[in-house]
Amino acid sequence: MSIDPRAHYAASHEYARPEGDMLVIGISDHAQAELGDIVFVELPQEGKAIGKGQTFGTVESVKAASDLYMPVGGKVTAVNTALQADPALVNREPYEGGWMIKILPSDKKELDQLLDAKSYGATIGEE
Amino acid sequence: MNTTQEPLIFELSGEGRVGCALPKSDVPHYQLPAGLERDALDLPQVDELTVVRHYSRLSQKNYSIDTNFYPLGSCTMKYNPKVNETAAGLPGWRLSHPLAGEKYSQGSLELIYKLQASLAEIGGFKAVSLQPAAGAHGEFSGVLMIRKYLLDRGEAKRTKMLIPDSAHGTNPASCAMAGFETQTIPSGPDGNIDMKALKAALDDRVAGIMITNPNTLGLFEKKIEKIAAMVHKAGGLVYGDGANMNALVGVFKPGEAGIDVMHFNLHKTFSTPHGGGGPGAGMIAAGKTLAPYLPGPVAVKNRGQYGLQMPDRSIGRVKSFLGNFGVLVRAYAYILMQGKDGLRRIAENSVLNANYLKASLEHAYVVKYPHTCMHEFVAMGDVAPGIHTLDIAKRLIDYGFHPPTIYFPLIVPEALMIEPTETESKETLDAFVEAMLAIAREAVEQPQLLHDAPVTTPVGRLDEVQAARYPVLRYKA
Amino acid sequence: MPFIPNTDADRKAMLSTIGVDSVEELFSDIPEKRRFPELKLPEGLSEPELLKELEKMSAKNLTADRAAWFLGAGAYNHFVPSVVPALASRGEFLTAYTPYQPEVSQGTLQSIFEYQSMAAELLGMAVVNASHYDGATALAEAIIMALKNDPGRTEILLPCDMHPEFKEVVATYLAAHQAVINEYSGSPSTAPVSSKTACLVASYPTFSGEIYPLEDGARLAHDAGALFIVQADPLLCAILKSPGAQGADIVTAEGQCLGNSMNFGGPYLGMMGATATFMRKIPGRIVGETKDKEGKRGYVLTLSAREQHIRREKAVSNICSNQGLVMLQACIYMAAMGKNGMKTVAGLCHDKAHYAAEQIGLIPGYKIRTRTFFKEFLVSTPVPAETIFDRLAKRKVVPGLPLSRYDAARPNELLVCVTEMNTRAEIDSLVQLLKEVAQ
Repeated sequence: MSIDPRAHYAASHEYARPEGDMLVIGISDHAQAELGDIVFVELPQEGKAIGKGQTFGTVESVKAASDLYMPVGGKVTAVNTALQADPALVNREPYEGGWMIKILPSDKKELDQLLDAKSYGATIGEE
Repeated sequence: MNTTQEPLIFELSGEGRVGCALPKSDVPHYQLPAGLERDALDLPQVDELTVVRHYSRLSQKNYSIDTNFYPLGSCTMKYNPKVNETAAGLPGWRLSHPLAGEKYSQGSLELIYKLQASLAEIGGFKAVSLQPAAGAHGEFSGVLMIRKYLLDRGEAKRTKMLIPDSAHGTNPASCAMAGFETQTIPSGPDGNIDMKALKAALDDRVAGIMITNPNTLGLFEKKIEKIAAMVHKAGGLVYGDGANMNALVGVFKPGEAGIDVMHFNLHKTFSTPHGGGGPGAGMIAAGKTLAPYLPGPVAVKNRGQYGLQMPDRSIGRVKSFLGNFGVLVRAYAYILMQGKDGLRRIAENSVLNANYLKASLEHAYVVKYPHTCMHEFVAMGDVAPGIHTLDIAKRLIDYGFHPPTIYFPLIVPEALMIEPTETESKETLDAFVEAMLAIAREAVEQPQLLHDAPVTTPVGRLDEVQAARYPVLRYKA
Repeated sequence: MPFIPNTDADRKAMLSTIGVDSVEELFSDIPEKRRFPELKLPEGLSEPELLKELEKMSAKNLTADRAAWFLGAGAYNHFVPSVVPALASRGEFLTAYTPYQPEVSQGTLQSIFEYQSMAAELLGMAVVNASHYDGATALAEAIIMALKNDPGRTEILLPCDMHPEFKEVVATYLAAHQAVINEYSGSPSTAPVSSKTACLVASYPTFSGEIYPLEDGARLAHDAGALFIVQADPLLCAILKSPGAQGADIVTAEGQCLGNSMNFGGPYLGMMGATATFMRKIPGRIVGETKDKEGKRGYVLTLSAREQHIRREKAVSNICSNQGLVMLQACIYMAAMGKNGMKTVAGLCHDKAHYAAEQIGLIPGYKIRTRTFFKEFLVSTPVPAETIFDRLAKRKVVPGLPLSRYDAARPNELLVCVTEMNTRAEIDSLVQLLKEVAQ
């Protein structure tokens, strides 16, 4: 199971990866594997402000559905529209083509409350 | 089973064809409203015989109770007596109108009244409403009744409903629709509700508990009366999910054991057909506390005349008109045929059949909660490395049996939930056991047979990912 | 012991396999003092006794085969072609469960797909689900969809002139929602929508039969950011523009009129369709087309992540069992009627209703109150409508619904329904009797 070393992780398996002033948000490789073949991703409107821990969307497989929680609060600046046509991107490349939203964080310090790659790896039983 | 590919009805269409002879108009033609006339209507155009062959062939692509043993856990797929269909098809019911007025509907109202009374007697309840159209509809009605009762008592803070992890799947969604949040209560090692966890959950925010009894492990909640007393003492109410009532008719009256409100699925216990998904009927019964809150109207009898009435504090109407009346006729016919003694025989034989299957299979399929079961039990399908419950289920199809309920309840991994019902003979049960044991051997010796199954059906395993990712939900030419 | 095959000998052998001595032993988990209570019910009946009893009871109803029938108001006396019950009552359809195992349920699944396709065409929607309990609960669930669509909006706008039982069901379903139900009169295009409105609901036609064009109402709702929900008569859609073509976001309908008997009010067919936007938000079961490993076309239940068994308390609805067999009847009805038959039936209803209204309108003291209608219209009567009902029922004519049954303040109004089942002679006799009763 791959873990992006540049990203920070929430216990609910969302990652936030700094990219300039922005954060790229998606779900970890572990999370996509648990869900199985992803059939649909519902994402918020660009420009929407969402607080840390609040839901920003849902991800669905055939037999399961999960809410997506903001690992860090902020304003949505970009939405990965490619997931509409090809939701399996989240399965194939969760950290690259399968990213979900980009946000401008309202408080960058919230990033420190997340797990780093190593600690996250430990929580899912990987080193 | 018909395995030839059947075209869609649209693909059988030919311009100008009609499948029904209609009368000619005997009145003048009147202009349709200006500007609202419809242009295209792309419906199929087929002759009557084409319609008959098409749907007859489609029907042959189904397993059904009439053609196959159907041991679906918690679904009670018992024989649906043919006389029920004759009874429900009587013109006196079929051609009666719900708004004809009480004076002109004495027959229908009498049937509703008498069915209400019979079900109240069977369940040990004070009053019954036949309005809900399905089990989940009954649940929704029941939790709305609890909500309104609590509001009447000024207890708006009670918003928490407790649901054991062995309860039926619809319970949480029904609670959410009625504005409750849910808290899961775990099962103990014996498969009954964990009493310690229940006690800890009983605070002043508890509205009640929803208990499926027997639960989805097929086990009777032995402490049901104690649980009810504890919940009542904490200020909550007890909802009974009666989907598994087939184990208890004539054996146990839930209304006498502290259950305040309960639904029965007439399409399970009382033999009305499932129709490929419905219609069902989810009648709801209540004890004296909640009887005034039942959805209405309900049938009443005054001086020999039948009428309709809204209960005093009714939650209101949950459906237009009077429940799924045609289903009610079938259930009433069934109760009349069974009579006072027949009902108990149903429970006895369904429980006997389930325990017989369990005893015959448990050496090959692990039963996680091995205690004497009621009308169903839960085995596990991971009988060999790399073999899952889904593989067992699909292979059973090749043996001519409908698979049991799979992957439910969630508390048993690789669950195979088996409910034979009382209407199956020992010979059928033995044939099913033989197939299950053969599959368990194949799982070890020829696992590919299981992975490739089914091979005897019109289609093989279907691509559900594709269906959900790129949905095609209607025909396009 | 009807319907139980096993004999005492079978039971004895089975008990020995289980390792217990008696069936009673299997029930030892049940508290002893509660076990095997006496049931105060009669002895069981044989099949002929049962049928005799029920025939006798059912004969106490006044039925549409024994009177000229002009009563509708949500339950309609249309013709049900023989093929419909003959095919739908085949045991393979009748006694199958929900098609969770697609390989052995292609009959049910393909039929649902065909129903979805025909109903979607009729209503003008991208997607139609596999049924609700009835038209009223379908409408209630559509309104809940609108509330969930934008949690900031809490107002529901219903037409005053909507079936009273539909209004009651909507109110029950919304009991636990922070929603305000307001009513508007007249055309949906004049409804008082605001930034708080979650949905504007229109009836097509209204309870008293009035048909309002929908396009302006749709525009009004959309300009205010609200959804436009239409509760329609599906048969009317065969000859008049569909709600979808006029801008509806969600359409609900009572589908009993499509090949189902009146059955004293149930089981009926709740229809719901929506635009593609709401494909994954619509409640209920939906069937989709796909392929098996060998590329063979097949059908499965799909988009299940919306439903209660997966999404639990976050599901879009708790609906599980639906009205499958009634939906199958509607499916076979639409297939047998087809494009031409549907248009013919709808046209017959329209023309006969207009003939009846014309004739009734000529009787002194009666006034037709509905301006634009399909098969049902409201009549002001010179004497109480309930009196008319009783007097005409004695003459084997059921003249319509006295509105006083829902609203005591409206004693002199009769809702008259005319379908393809009513002959000109029946209509003429209704007119004659209305004339007599007024004198």
